[in-house]
Amino acid sequence: MSAVVTDHEHEHHDHKPSGIKRWLYTTNHKDIGTMYLVFALIMFFIGGAMAMVIRAELFQPGMQFVEPNFFNQMTTVHGLIMVFGAVMPAFTGLANWMIPMMIGAPDMALPRMNNWSFWILPFAFLILLMSLFMPGGGPNFGWTFYAPLSTTYSGDSTALFVFSVHIMGISSIMGAINVIVTIFNLRAPGMTWMKMPLFVWTWLITAFLLIMVMPVLAGVVTMVLTDKYFGTSFFDAAGGGDPVLFQHIFWFFGHPEVYIMILPAFGIVSSIVPTFARKPLFGYASMVYATSSIALLSFLVWAHHMFTTGMPVAGALFFMYCTMLIAVPTGVKVFNWVATMWRGAMTFEVPMMFALAFIVLFTIGGFSGLMLAITPADFQYHDTYFVVAHFHYVLVTGAVFSIIAAAYYWLPKWTGHMYDEKLGQWHFWCSLISVNMLFFPMHFVGLAGMPRRIPDYALQFADFNAFISIGGFLFGASQLIFVAVLVKCARGGEKATAQVWEGAEGLEWEVPSPAPYHTFETPPVIK
Amino acid sequence: MTKTRSLRWSLPTLLLAATVNATDMPLNMTRGVTEISQQVYDLHMTIFWICCVIGAVVFGIMFWSIVRHRKARGVQPAQFHESTKVEILWTAIPVVILIVMAIPATKTLIAMEDTTEADVTVLITGSQWKWHYKYLENDVEFYSLLATPKEQITNRFAKGENYLLEVDRPLVIPTGKKVRFLMTSDDVIHSWWVPAFAVKKDANPGFINEAWTRVDEPGIYRGQCAELCGKDHGFMPVVVIAKSPADYEQWVNGEAERIAKAKAEEQELLAMNMSMEELMSVGARTYTAYCAACHQPNGEGLPGIFPALKGSAMALNDKPGHINVVLNGKAGTAMQAYARQLSLKEIAAVITYERNAWGNNTGELVQAADVHAVMQGKGE
Repeated sequence: MSAVVTDHEHEHHDHKPSGIKRWLYTTNHKDIGTMYLVFALIMFFIGGAMAMVIRAELFQPGMQFVEPNFFNQMTTVHGLIMVFGAVMPAFTGLANWMIPMMIGAPDMALPRMNNWSFWILPFAFLILLMSLFMPGGGPNFGWTFYAPLSTTYSGDSTALFVFSVHIMGISSIMGAINVIVTIFNLRAPGMTWMKMPLFVWTWLITAFLLIMVMPVLAGVVTMVLTDKYFGTSFFDAAGGGDPVLFQHIFWFFGHPEVYIMILPAFGIVSSIVPTFARKPLFGYASMVYATSSIALLSFLVWAHHMFTTGMPVAGALFFMYCTMLIAVPTGVKVFNWVATMWRGAMTFEVPMMFALAFIVLFTIGGFSGLMLAITPADFQYHDTYFVVAHFHYVLVTGAVFSIIAAAYYWLPKWTGHMYDEKLGQWHFWCSLISVNMLFFPMHFVGLAGMPRRIPDYALQFADFNAFISIGGFLFGASQLIFVAVLVKCARGGEKATAQVWEGAEGLEWEVPSPAPYHTFETPPVIK
Repeated sequence: MTKTRSLRWSLPTLLLAATVNATDMPLNMTRGVTEISQQVYDLHMTIFWICCVIGAVVFGIMFWSIVRHRKARGVQPAQFHESTKVEILWTAIPVVILIVMAIPATKTLIAMEDTTEADVTVLITGSQWKWHYKYLENDVEFYSLLATPKEQITNRFAKGENYLLEVDRPLVIPTGKKVRFLMTSDDVIHSWWVPAFAVKKDANPGFINEAWTRVDEPGIYRGQCAELCGKDHGFMPVVVIAKSPADYEQWVNGEAERIAKAKAEEQELLAMNMSMEELMSVGARTYTAYCAACHQPNGEGLPGIFPALKGSAMALNDKPGHINVVLNGKAGTAMQAYARQLSLKEIAAVITYERNAWGNNTGELVQAADVHAVMQGKGE
């Protein structure tokens, strides 16, 4: 099938329009992948700027820079932007660039939809960011927008928030459909399921999670919309509804969403570690099974976010056991990576450094996750900085580190130039030290009893918060080095070979660097 | 104090300060003062040490490998991979560890959820941004508000020892007795949390949750609202005083007496007229404590969220409507009903204040009797 598509489209595609039109009209997976990645980077800095506002206010006790209402807008929009604007589009960008090249396909299966799913995204975030300038400000009810705070008690901007989440959801669903159709139909002859690179496998599973849960998110924001503006009472006890119902629906989306943001990261690390250990992945099949089990279990654990809402003991026990069970396949993954390194011949270029940091720090996030699963202990941890520490370890040193690792790993393939290794190492070490200054002390602050989402705190927390803020500012500044590396690499540098890394294996390393505008117009032969 | 603090924050001194002052803040979860809270602490420490041991083994092997199996040492990479035996082994071992962990966790959880046979029951109602406590066995109920002055929060005064963790009227409970808490909310979801009791339970509007504690040590225990509940979520602390049963009895009777006396005074007040000065001064105080968080000290509100009172049609023209909205709140908005929260005198005073402050110079006085009339459905 893929052969037919390429023959047919070959002639039209090679002359691309120049200037802005190229980017507006493009249906090329590499162009769209690049746009997704650049967009994610911009959003990472906007969301990061909001985190800087949060950390500046929390630097000392007392209210210094912002009002509590604006502080709440910052925590809310920071979360929304980082989840939907930075991490998810970055993974979609990587999928766009790499999946066709990894499976020997000429492009994504639905190129026009691909263009559309990217181009609606900037508008979604424009709407969200513009709402901050409305009278009363933007959404201020946390990225989890619990009702009735987000319904009866929210500001006028809620309609914009709902609309913007809808657009983000549509974009994600279209992206996911594209990934699934591409992987099912456009694999080169001989690329059987169990020969697919793990990045493709993890993304396939992620895409299924996306099309299953994004409609649930769309449903819950619509219920918020009608509760607020059209007199329904899904979440209002006075009308026969239940505010806790909101949390059930939200987390039925929200927990698989967490895995949407980490499964592709597992795929990236599973590509990088064998390359730099010069040794095949220890357990390819068990990695596929572990990823699938995590995806299935992710539908059975949502209420572990809700232990304090008051659920029957039997319910709490069920969700505690299922949550603990997730540690098993996650452990299998970590063990496999370590076994891959064992008796390899490792080198430590920047992608490998970020991947190693990922393994250690993500595992720390996994440990705190296991602690949070223990329901009685969760009563003490819930909604404190311990939780903030936990999910930033899995999302920043987990998802974000894997994205950065992927960027360094594939940059030479994208630009045709090697990045500046020295600058990249600086970026790594600055990030590693500052990110731990930023998030590690949060464990202690949380255990000592500081609730999350507060703009001001008791005096005992002052020293730790000042230290955390300094870590935050340093981590923010360290990311400027990353921009410098990217710009430098895009402009020039040492020519990259097709294989780029000595131990790299896979179809993407068989095409020249930079990868030509069209690759695999005739399907490759898989041994 | 604020001044000296800001001077201390240069980076090198900060790093030092963090270690020197570490005793200020406990570095671990509190053991608490109840049997349950100690069990929770033990669970926390057990799972923590399990994680540490697993971490030490896995990271140990990984770092050993990083040191020994590097290309720079001239090693040749081995090519082994896939081993079903190993995969089964490292699936089975964690399962066993988890089962061992789940047993005590289940026991503690079941004990925590058993709210039967309580000696004292307190109904806790959260609202933006205060707690209301009602003792179901006695005629005692009151609101508990943040006691930290605004000036400390805005850094104009030095911050006190219990900054943001102090209230005007703490909850009082007897020691050695099983105290059951019923939790609900008047508006959004709040969460009542006292770390020393290991009690954290959401207060959901329209529903009632249950929790319990039995405190053995008399003392003052502090906590906070744990669920984001809007603008002043960070400013609604919980303070609980545990007293010996005898002291508790004395306190609860005293409170019942005080409340009965206040009610009698209300009745007398209906026949009296207060002067403008008195109304304005009581009104200003009440406004600052109950209204300014939303409508702002200058009466201008926050556009788009909380309406302005300065120059508003209601504050200038519609006196019965004004009294009604303060008494009963406004459905579908954040405006609460104050009939239960404030005395007739305070309500009369605060309405007078709102009608005469910030250039709202209506010159009108609202007396307790006017408020009472609207309450009885006989407005002007």
